[in-house]
Amino acid sequence: MSRPLIRLLGQGVRYASSLRGGGSAFPGLVMEKLHPRFVAEELAKLPYGVVVVSGTNGKTTTTKMAVQLLEAQGLKVFTNRTGSNFVRGVAAALLGEMDLRGRLDADIAVLELDEAHAVHFVKAVKPNYSLLLNVLRDQLDRFGEIDTTRRMLSHVAEATTGTVVLNREDPRIRSLAEVVQPGVDIDYYGLDQSLRSYFPSDDELRGGTRKQENLPAADVTLTAFSGSTATFDLAGRSVQGTINLYGIYNIFNAAAAMALTRAVLGEDLNEEKLVSELERITPAFGRGETLSVNGQPLQLLLVKNPSGFRLSLASANADDYATMITINDQYADGRDVSWLWDVDFDVLREPGVQMISGVRAWDMALRLEHDAIDVQDVNENLAAALKQFITDNPGRPLRIFCTYTAMLALREELSKITDVEKVS
Amino acid sequence: MSHVIPGSPAVTHNNGKSLRILQLYPQDMNIYGDWGNTLALARRAYKHGFEVEILDHNPGQSFPADVDIVLGGGGQDSGQSVIQDDLHANAGTLNQLAEDGAPMLVICGLYQLFGKEFRTREGEVLRGISIFDAHTVGGEERLIGNIVEDSEEFGTVIGFENHSGLTYLGEGCKPFARVSKGEGNNQSDEYEGARVHNVIGTYLHGSLLPKNPAIADYLIAKAAERKYGSFEPAAIDDSLVEKARASASSRPR
Repeated sequence: MSRPLIRLLGQGVRYASSLRGGGSAFPGLVMEKLHPRFVAEELAKLPYGVVVVSGTNGKTTTTKMAVQLLEAQGLKVFTNRTGSNFVRGVAAALLGEMDLRGRLDADIAVLELDEAHAVHFVKAVKPNYSLLLNVLRDQLDRFGEIDTTRRMLSHVAEATTGTVVLNREDPRIRSLAEVVQPGVDIDYYGLDQSLRSYFPSDDELRGGTRKQENLPAADVTLTAFSGSTATFDLAGRSVQGTINLYGIYNIFNAAAAMALTRAVLGEDLNEEKLVSELERITPAFGRGETLSVNGQPLQLLLVKNPSGFRLSLASANADDYATMITINDQYADGRDVSWLWDVDFDVLREPGVQMISGVRAWDMALRLEHDAIDVQDVNENLAAALKQFITDNPGRPLRIFCTYTAMLALREELSKITDVEKVS
Repeated sequence: MSHVIPGSPAVTHNNGKSLRILQLYPQDMNIYGDWGNTLALARRAYKHGFEVEILDHNPGQSFPADVDIVLGGGGQDSGQSVIQDDLHANAGTLNQLAEDGAPMLVICGLYQLFGKEFRTREGEVLRGISIFDAHTVGGEERLIGNIVEDSEEFGTVIGFENHSGLTYLGEGCKPFARVSKGEGNNQSDEYEGARVHNVIGTYLHGSLLPKNPAIADYLIAKAAERKYGSFEPAAIDDSLVEKARASASSRPR
């Protein structure tokens, strides 16, 4: 088969499977079999090249931010917004973005890649830029231990040809500077040290903040924040922006996306647009996304590891929110639920928890019992639990902390009763 | 650092008695929910009516005297190297405590280092403190998944294993349990963990104690007997635990 024919076939498969409403990576699988170099060849045509975003926490939101900041600078950006973040997912996304002549109308690709898939991806495509966020305990049932995850990201840093952007505050990320190729730039983003205690690294989950020595200078530093207002130091100049996203961790993610944008644009950066665009960023699906149910706001908060859950809870002002927690243990959630024991749930003591659901609902209930948190109801059946949670709490804003597959299932259920943006 | 455990001792015949729990290396060996074991043990002790004090021991600190229960967790391979010197500096004290009947629970990384040695895949030998007659060798693959096992002392034990080290027991200690779902100590026999004196070594996290209160009760009973000469358990409602055990044990590997 000729190349255009293969691509058209792939595009046809993508269209057909989108009609079925499933399998976002399947057309990519078809391309992988018929034309294994498809992704590499197409991405090589982009004038600004390829950005890889990876790390344990914040990939999806940071990628979304980076895309928007680059677009505000006038670039056309291709991205894999389905979160189907491996090579065939990228292929599927490419097929969706190309016109029937096979043209991809973009200047740059910004791709979110899972740590394990990033290793395979950079074998096929050498990124011009990489943005590496953090290495936290996550999916240990898949990767074994944290140092394994760091080794995966070191492959990305090593394969990058232009600029590697690193989180200065995470020692496992900072030390990746050692593997960056000679001639490749390294930029850092970071925190003013007075803010360190808000963003504990993984080694600080038990035992308090450790002092960091000899930090490299950062290109973008978060120096202060209050509510949704954040102050950044951009290479020596102080600027203030607004970030309308749930969670203080997203203010730090904004520093990451800004540092990347600076690295890509260089001298051509329009700093005013960089800062003003921040407030137009909306949450990625399931990451602080707010839906409306019977006129009540319902917020979905993805939680998947202790650091993420702790930071998410730290940002949860009670405000009469009714709270539901949904814990599944499918492969994509992590089979092991031990991580729930590394989260402190004290902030939920006053409002209590109105509903617990998911496959491991009883493990979660047992966890909360140990922190002396009142739980109103437990129901392993997610659809029934959601329904009851909504009807039992009329007129109250609703908040659901959920693992990945629980989040997908909740969105599916919610789409039956309210508008839920379809992500495909 | 000080730890506040929510709640207070229930009204029982054990009121006025207290237990000191020592966490070994919580900074470096805490990776798979080990805090859950400390929390569950303290909350269980409350339910039996005891006051609880939790102490931490990290590398370089002086080893606290008069501890009643010792808990040790799992760490990264790198964490095991960090604590190595300190562990050996206190090997005598720990061995003495074990021989004197102090109850201990060590999991994963510290279970390995409570044995004679851990020979890594790279050939490095981490010397253990020989409380268990056991040795561990680094394996080719990680043994990861839900695990269910049967113990003569504790009945059905439920947890999650995640380790690459393969542990082999010598004549001087007994296994902790026989595996019915999962891998256990190694891939050649069906046993998991080790037992000697009142010391339990195991690969199970999950966390272990919240879903296996029989083990928490054992640690508390042995500590109370050693310190006060007797232990009278309080009646505790474990219906929530039973539900969590039922769902956990039904999950795929």
